[in-house]
Amino acid sequence: MTLQNEPINRQDIKPKYCRFKKNGIKYIDYKDPDFLMKFINEQGKIYPRRLTGTSVKFQKKVAQAVKRARHMAILPYVGDSLK
Amino acid sequence: MNNYETVFILTPVLSDDQMKDAVEGYVKVLTDSGAKIVNKEIWGLKKLAYQINHKSTGFYALIEFDADGSAIEKLETEYRRDERVMRYMTISLDKHAVKYNEKRRKGEFKKTKQVEEVTA
Repeated sequence: MTLQNEPINRQDIKPKYCRFKKNGIKYIDYKDPDFLMKFINEQGKIYPRRLTGTSVKFQKKVAQAVKRARHMAILPYVGDSLK
Repeated sequence: MNNYETVFILTPVLSDDQMKDAVEGYVKVLTDSGAKIVNKEIWGLKKLAYQINHKSTGFYALIEFDADGSAIEKLETEYRRDERVMRYMTISLDKHAVKYNEKRRKGEFKKTKQVEEVTA
């Protein structure tokens, strides 16, 4: 009994894209909590690149902005059910 | 002269005018050391995301200014010396940040929040 993988049809796999490059966002403001909420999960952790598909340059900016917001008590270090 | 932005949190215990003159005091410290104030915002009492020395609200203030490097040293020693300030952060702004702050001041983001994705 050989292992059989199901066939993958390539059409419905959407390629991930970096939303900052696509929308032309240049600066991620650490003072704006509801924009940063999109990049952290319920526990307040930052989403990894493999889930969001952002490029390295902007993932670093997102991480820096989230860490600054945490320092200034705009975002919690560990939240519960933030959304 | 590079551009900086400083945000600090005052303890909520103070009365209103004490908060005002604390902020004015820091503006004066900056202007004394040759800084040019670009923007001053007072966000007032806000709920903190977590408790800072057993307080869950804080008085936020933001000052955006142009200065040379030595002014930051003086500003930060003032922050450390002053026990009313619970937390402070001074960051330098690159050109994208300065452009973003100008847009923010013009209120481009207030009306249509979700447009911020495109214009920011």
